[in-house]
Amino acid sequence: MDRELLRVENLTRTFGTGKSQIRAVDNVSFSINEGEIVTLLGESGSGKTTTARLILKLLPPTSGRIIFRDKDITHISSRKDLLNYWREVQAIFQDPFASFNIFYSVRRLLNNAFRLVLNSPSNEEREKIIRESLLSVGLNPDEVLDKRPYELSGGQKQRIMLARILIIKPKLLIADEPTSMIDASSRAGILNLLLDLRKQYNMSIMFITHDIGLAYYTSDRLFIMNNGKIVESGDAEEIITDPKDSYTKKLLEDVPVIHKKWEL
Amino acid sequence: MGNLLTAIDLRAYYKTVQGEEIKAVDEVSLEVREGEVLGIAGESGCGKSTLASVLAFTVIPPLYVVSGEVRANGTNILTLDKETLRREIKGKYISIVPQGAMNSLNPTSRIKNFVIDVLKEHFPEMSKEEALQRARERFEALSLPPRILDAYPHQLSGGMKQRTVTVISTLLNPKVLIADEPTSALDVSSQKIVIKLLVELLRKQIIKSVVFITHELPLLRHFANRIAVMYAGKIVEVGPMESIIFEPLHPYSKLLISSVLVPESGMKSKRIEAIPGVPPNLKDPPTGCRFHPRCPSYIEGICNTSVPPFITVKSDHIVSCFLYGGEHG
Repeated sequence: MDRELLRVENLTRTFGTGKSQIRAVDNVSFSINEGEIVTLLGESGSGKTTTARLILKLLPPTSGRIIFRDKDITHISSRKDLLNYWREVQAIFQDPFASFNIFYSVRRLLNNAFRLVLNSPSNEEREKIIRESLLSVGLNPDEVLDKRPYELSGGQKQRIMLARILIIKPKLLIADEPTSMIDASSRAGILNLLLDLRKQYNMSIMFITHDIGLAYYTSDRLFIMNNGKIVESGDAEEIITDPKDSYTKKLLEDVPVIHKKWEL
Repeated sequence: MGNLLTAIDLRAYYKTVQGEEIKAVDEVSLEVREGEVLGIAGESGCGKSTLASVLAFTVIPPLYVVSGEVRANGTNILTLDKETLRREIKGKYISIVPQGAMNSLNPTSRIKNFVIDVLKEHFPEMSKEEALQRARERFEALSLPPRILDAYPHQLSGGMKQRTVTVISTLLNPKVLIADEPTSALDVSSQKIVIKLLVELLRKQIIKSVVFITHELPLLRHFANRIAVMYAGKIVEVGPMESIIFEPLHPYSKLLISSVLVPESGMKSKRIEAIPGVPPNLKDPPTGCRFHPRCPSYIEGICNTSVPPFITVKSDHIVSCFLYGGEHG
């Protein structure tokens, strides 16, 4: 359980030059163990999504290192190396279909996922795997396979993205605001599916979110991010019950909870 | 204190080109009382935004009001002609901040031009200077920097845009402000600031009541006086905020509240369950109680055959469910 899977060291990414330069990610270091669930918690503009894009190799860092399974992958750039990396590190995003072709049916979308699977199975085998993975995320394959993104609800779309993850079975899943477009009533269902991924495949998950309730419910450890820096990190229970940093305290005060009413 | 708005047996359906009807608001009766914050909570697609449109008279096809009344000052406003509605009611008596309103600001025009448009529409004799002066005073009174008026929308943050839109929509001192998910795109700190603004508007008596539409129950906990829970086009329960949050009656409200994730000690050890199933298609909603296919307390032969009437169970707290009172006990 405690083997380190991913480590980032002094990761920095700046945008712009001169006076208008912004340090979106500023000297960030942390690590994620195998089978661990962590959350990078911050408000809009804190740099959390940029951090995710750096780890996903969708954006090169200005400086710093990313180490995955003891290998420095900061500068890998060949298609082959990247594909190998993406077999192990996958993501789901806030708007699950924003990055997919709206003309593709669910079947085609999930079939495309096999491009990332080594020794891709035969067509019949694929269809079987697709159906199984849809069932395990609580969807009826016959109902959704021939549908296109606009015919599905937000919750269904996100479940399909999870089915895709089940096909690829990465070691690390980066979940960037996976439930912010989903109703409170179905949110827990999606999160429980994610928690089960760890149980079944020992998958590590990094949530990127501003939802403190979600972070607390799912995670072993939290990294609180503000203005590109990690201001506090540690055990989720400890941070929520006894925050040390002033920013974390403010954040916790602003969250609407049930048992303590705001002074307005 | 009286009611500012009373909806009676309201039905509003979407009509598709194929002639189908989507029953988004069905037999809804509800009153908005003076001085209160009324929260309307429910899942996506339960009809809460449609109800907001009907209450704010922004009904446009394919949405049609099929039957029912919306009363204000004793008149059924739904029978007024468009021109009277636009001149006398919209913005003056009732104003709406629709979902995503902050993105509806014209990106190529300064905020002040929008403000001048709004005020001149209702007061044609008002000069631009007067209009701006009035807006400036209002912004200051609500501790928003008046320099916003000279800004373009892209120069403002999301939270600032939302506050700006809210202030502009209350420039004419409407009695009722309907806010449809005004904070769902904002982070927690900006969200709290917007809520504070709404409370401030009430305190300063600029507006007399707020109808706040949201799917986030924990938020309503902090400033709503009453909550109406909506499911599949119908209201299933209405009551005082504390009563709904801590002692909900309807099985749907109970599940909705228990599926909430909040960072409070002890929550981590529990497994929070989502409500099984999906909301029904409103083209052909379930017979009887619309929640019966997903309900854990479903009683065959009762819940699927007749519509549960509203019963007053606690003080000011009504629920539409056969588990409470009535002949079925």
